[in-house]
Amino acid sequence: MTDLLSYAELTTDSDWSVAEHELDIREGDLINIGSMCSDRLCDLGLGNKLALIWEDYQGNEKRYTYGDLRRLSNSIASFLVKLGVKPAERVCLFMDRVPELYMGFLGILKTGAMAQPLFSAFGDESLFVRLQDAGTTAIMTQKKHLHKVRAIRQQLPLLRHVIAVDISEADLQDAEVSLRMDRLPPAEDFPVYPTTAESPSVLHYTSGTTGQPKGAQHVHYSIVSQYLTSKWVLDLQPDDIYWCNADPGWVTGTSYGIIGPWCNGVTQVVLDSGFNAQRWYEFIQKHRVSVWYSAPTAIRILMKEGSEIIRRHDLSSLRHLASVGEPLNSEAVIWSEEVFGKPFHDTFWQTETGCIVISNMPGMPIKPGSMGKPFPGITATVLNTKTYEPIQQPGIAGLIALRPGWPSQIRGYWKNEVGFKAKFKNGWYLCGDRASIDADGYFWFVGRDDDVINTGGHLVGPFEIESALLEHPAVAESAAVAKPDPVNMEVVKAFVTLKRGFKPSDDLELEIMNRIRKRLSPLAMPQEIEFVDCLPKTRSGKIVRRILRCKEFNEPVGDISTIMEE
Amino acid sequence: MDELSQLIHDYVIKEYLEEGSDQEIGESTPLITSGIVDSFSMVSLKRFLEKKCSIRIPDEDATPAAFDTIQNIARLVRRFQAQQVGV
Repeated sequence: MTDLLSYAELTTDSDWSVAEHELDIREGDLINIGSMCSDRLCDLGLGNKLALIWEDYQGNEKRYTYGDLRRLSNSIASFLVKLGVKPAERVCLFMDRVPELYMGFLGILKTGAMAQPLFSAFGDESLFVRLQDAGTTAIMTQKKHLHKVRAIRQQLPLLRHVIAVDISEADLQDAEVSLRMDRLPPAEDFPVYPTTAESPSVLHYTSGTTGQPKGAQHVHYSIVSQYLTSKWVLDLQPDDIYWCNADPGWVTGTSYGIIGPWCNGVTQVVLDSGFNAQRWYEFIQKHRVSVWYSAPTAIRILMKEGSEIIRRHDLSSLRHLASVGEPLNSEAVIWSEEVFGKPFHDTFWQTETGCIVISNMPGMPIKPGSMGKPFPGITATVLNTKTYEPIQQPGIAGLIALRPGWPSQIRGYWKNEVGFKAKFKNGWYLCGDRASIDADGYFWFVGRDDDVINTGGHLVGPFEIESALLEHPAVAESAAVAKPDPVNMEVVKAFVTLKRGFKPSDDLELEIMNRIRKRLSPLAMPQEIEFVDCLPKTRSGKIVRRILRCKEFNEPVGDISTIMEE
Repeated sequence: MDELSQLIHDYVIKEYLEEGSDQEIGESTPLITSGIVDSFSMVSLKRFLEKKCSIRIPDEDATPAAFDTIQNIARLVRRFQAQQVGV
């Protein structure tokens, strides 16, 4: 741990006011994340410091200083305002990890609009559901993803502006506009919209068990949490070169792939590439990455690639390693100590928390396989599943719960107050996961408390998959559940009954898999489809996913006599 | 491009390239590294190959590196075809 007090001292002596003080935020101040991640750093004299080194899979590189962040985000903000984008409107970012995504994020926030980042591998159906729910008025995208927007645009009357960042005017269709970031006039100044602590900032969509995905609504005050957790958990220091593997289509990619490092004035590197172990190690070596925030799935794939490839690279720059997405197994922690000389530090949080809430902080003794302890300023416990009272005995599993009120907690689900209220019981916010706490206060992950599938660190809702499955002409009924997987922790498995006249076959399975992949996303694609004669149902006809899931995990189903049909 | 490579090539173009893409795919074009195929989508490509080529590729051999180019995939398929006939 660099220049930090011990965990015990931090827990006793610290609260979020530390971050407010360091960020110079006082009650009632105007707070704008876009400005605090660019203008503020320039005001502190860091205008010439590198903020972003971006590289694509072919090795093409672009570099941006904090001064560049300020000018480019100003230019994009001016462009959006001229276009007619209004404060609090939702502006979707639907792009790969290109520089325009990062500058666009800051620019949108400077206008007072809400940034709505979406994973660019989403198919048109997933995109449509999220744009329709949010009432999105503008979308920034790339030529390669434009066809998905065009396919659904007629069904989205509120979507007024389609902005393509890498296309010439000649290739545009009606009511589309081109934004070439490198050709925008540099804007030294922009009148940043006067957002305050509680002004809406980012809208991230997350999946639940029932219904379509929910829009988790964040506010500008979240920067307080993201600043301090980046500093204390990721241990970001002024001279660090930081690499976060996450895509900004997901919350890790914004909280810790944009806001956290930049409000701390750190240089971050971005690799816009698919997975390739050789390429990743070359990237760390080339840029002398010192802090690396990765994910268990990626770490487990790297483990499969072996240690010989690691020995061929100079990775001595690595100083601190952390992981997020799903529980980091103890083998991965031990492996990283062997091959990198330091362990990956597991961190736990979710879209709704906005920041890391439980973690293995630097300097804290790591118990491999444990989630760690609550971040100072976070009150966390596990609750009895029936009484919702904290469990006092060590080692007994319950629901992970947080005392509400930390700065980056979401302020609601978009147009879904009922869903938001359901997340609170007995004065606690329920994360939807189960864990136990040992006698030393370390949390140990047990599993999800619902039917949501955690695949490769991403939550996938069964309802969305089942709805898409039912659109296939051969499918009569469907159920999507998690299936254990050695690399991704869980993958999607679908159980399907067929309509009369259709027969199970390998061709049909592959056709359905590819259909879901294209309409929703590769994450949502069932990695296996089991054709069955019937699905387990309650007396009222509701499919009981739990039975199917338990079978996949080889767990006891429990007493189901009261809910099942005869 | 031989028959097997052509089969893989055509399937990649049909199933994984974004609609309207004018990207050229050759035998050594990176598929995983470039993001054309991701590690989740790799499973459907593996299924296709297993069915079309009547082979079984164990999960431990289905690595991102083995699926990164048409060349690599064809090599992998041939290895298991050869094993199957006992060559």
